[in-house]
Amino acid sequence: MKWLHKDLLDVSQLSRAEVMAIFETAGRFQELQQRPVKKVPTLKGRSVILFFAEPSTRTKTSFDVAGKRLSADTFSLAKSSSSLTKGETLKDTALTLQAMAPDAIVLRHWCSGAARFLARRVECSVINAGDGRHAHPTQALLDSFTLHQEWGELAGKTILILGDIAHSRVARSNVLLLNMLGARVRLCAPRTLLPPQVRSWPATVYSDLSEAVRGVDAVMCLRLQLERQQDGLLPDLREYARTYGLGPRHVELARPEVKILHPGPMNRGVEISSGLADCADSLILDQVASGVVVRMALLFLYMTRKGE
Amino acid sequence: MARIDLIVRRAKLDGRDVDVFVSRGRIVEVAPSAKTLEPGDATVEEAFGLMLLPSMTDAHVHLREPGFEYKEDIESGLRAAAWGGFANIMCMANTRPVNDEGSVTELMLEKARRAWPKGPRLFPIGALTKGLGGEELAPMAELAQAGCVAFSNDGVPVRSTELFRRAMEYASDWDRVVIDHCEDPYLGVGAGVNEGAVSSRLGLPAQPDVAEALQVARDILLAEYLGLPIHLAHISCRKSVELIRFAKGRGVRVTAETAPHYLILTEEYLEAEATEYDTNAKVNPPLRTPDDQQALFDGLADGTIDILATDHAPHAAHEKETEFDVAPCGITGLDTALSVTWGLVAAGRLSRQTFLRAWTTGPCAIFGLPVNTFTPGDPADFFLFDPDEAWTVGPDTLHSKGKNTPLCGAVLKGRVKTHFIQGKKIV
Ligand SMILES: [Zn+2]
Repeated sequence: MKWLHKDLLDVSQLSRAEVMAIFETAGRFQELQQRPVKKVPTLKGRSVILFFAEPSTRTKTSFDVAGKRLSADTFSLAKSSSSLTKGETLKDTALTLQAMAPDAIVLRHWCSGAARFLARRVECSVINAGDGRHAHPTQALLDSFTLHQEWGELAGKTILILGDIAHSRVARSNVLLLNMLGARVRLCAPRTLLPPQVRSWPATVYSDLSEAVRGVDAVMCLRLQLERQQDGLLPDLREYARTYGLGPRHVELARPEVKILHPGPMNRGVEISSGLADCADSLILDQVASGVVVRMALLFLYMTRKGE
Repeated sequence: MARIDLIVRRAKLDGRDVDVFVSRGRIVEVAPSAKTLEPGDATVEEAFGLMLLPSMTDAHVHLREPGFEYKEDIESGLRAAAWGGFANIMCMANTRPVNDEGSVTELMLEKARRAWPKGPRLFPIGALTKGLGGEELAPMAELAQAGCVAFSNDGVPVRSTELFRRAMEYASDWDRVVIDHCEDPYLGVGAGVNEGAVSSRLGLPAQPDVAEALQVARDILLAEYLGLPIHLAHISCRKSVELIRFAKGRGVRVTAETAPHYLILTEEYLEAEATEYDTNAKVNPPLRTPDDQQALFDGLADGTIDILATDHAPHAAHEKETEFDVAPCGITGLDTALSVTWGLVAAGRLSRQTFLRAWTTGPCAIFGLPVNTFTPGDPADFFLFDPDEAWTVGPDTLHSKGKNTPLCGAVLKGRVKTHFIQGKKIV
């Protein structure tokens, strides 16, 4: 497939066929993971800047591993360790990064729209690794890829996204992508953690977890930011865990072999019971493995694109 | 008959060809154009059929001087006003220092007189509370004596309803109207985007329309209880319009304004691919829905919304060229207001009478400012306007230092060719 996109800002930019091409490419890289030498020279001599203005060890490491497996040179810039962002505007950061002439920039930023802002100002590809509450396309792609590996087809499946939807870029991108792939999406959270007018989203909204989980094929738990209590959005964590934490009694209401996902890092005992996170139907570690190959596929497609 | 010192020949006033006779800064007569004229020793300005409009009044601008002259200063703000068709502009108190002492007011007036001695006229608005802090009343008597024509805490809504009540009472002793920026102090405060489907998709902190309407309701109830007038700034949503209509029906002395950007843009602008997260459209109150926009048009048409005001809020380019969350709120407006709203008249969305009321007689009546209705004795404040001249909005065509407008790059129609204030040509 001829890859025409310069940037990956959100999954809404992709067609279904393009998502399938990403999955297919990721599938091929998966085979590579089994070999003793897991490195190929595909992107030798190309450089990727990992610019994480908001800390995230997992996603950064996943991109770093993905880039190195393809023999790209990866350079990490973190907000804390870099003089780049100390009092510097994102515009100047963009110009500075541009001057280093990378082939791709992977950006994580605490502001919604930051990836779009950067993409407008640099010539190389920008891969959005999470911007504010807006989008996290690579996470959504790896989540769907994980389910795709498990089921083959997502069409007709029902997937529940559980937890802090309002502040979650993971949920936003997943709702879009799962719909594109033909799955039915349910959302469950207290009203305070649902975005306004969530009913305009292509999803069914629940406030009662027992009802929401009935008959679903997979549950995607979201990480709860513990400060939501101080923001006045929750009474306390104990109540949250009792009401919205996924536990064994919920799993009984779902389909047999219901799959459990979580983007990590988990608050065990808050949004998910510890036993469920480790159970046989948990795909949480598969997600981590999928993350590397999906990101390899993305770096490969975006950095070898023949656009223009 | 007074000695005529200015004659404007062959101008188009509401479809008629007229000559305008001016003496000592005042209108003497507006007469059908005569083929022959005895100019005597009067100056003759040939209008060549250009449109004649009375100068406009903007009751809500931010001039940034003192304190933020890099965004705008009194000289550049008045220049934008002169070219924008405004004879009178009222400037908000959120400068540094805040306009909460007579000396700041006097400084502003002195700067204006020096920069533009023939006008446009500057009418400062004093702070309602010291430092806009919402804790203590500002010295309104001193401010009124120094030249403040109204009082407002614009920029920082007063949290305490008790203090706000006292401020309204105290201001009334000096016959000054209080202008309120209606925003609940807790509900989505300061957010630059409307809370709803668009903000949800974009993942931005947002402000619901009820944050505005709650404060509108409070102000209306207070105004009714106290029997005092209140002016509500930059109304943006249907709920507010309906509350104001209800209040006017009850005889409450409430007046209201909306700004041109709410009439031409909605929240949908922020999610269109080309303009997604455009910080130039980050404004407080935020751009609302198409339904809110319709309510504003209806409110203007039936007089529920009394006037238009730009809420001219210039910012430096580097302040707006940043992440949406970080960017300051505001759109530069003095340069574009006339073209935008005359365009709405041309398109049939605003009547000519509504346009004139909203920009001339309306604000002047509310705040007691001089107004020209082309009646003998009125101040000779008017401009000649080419409604068909197209111009592209951009850094080179805007006279304000603020280039922060979502209209950048747009082609607008209508340009001021000559502007007279009290019979003296200012541009
Ligand atoms: Zn305001």
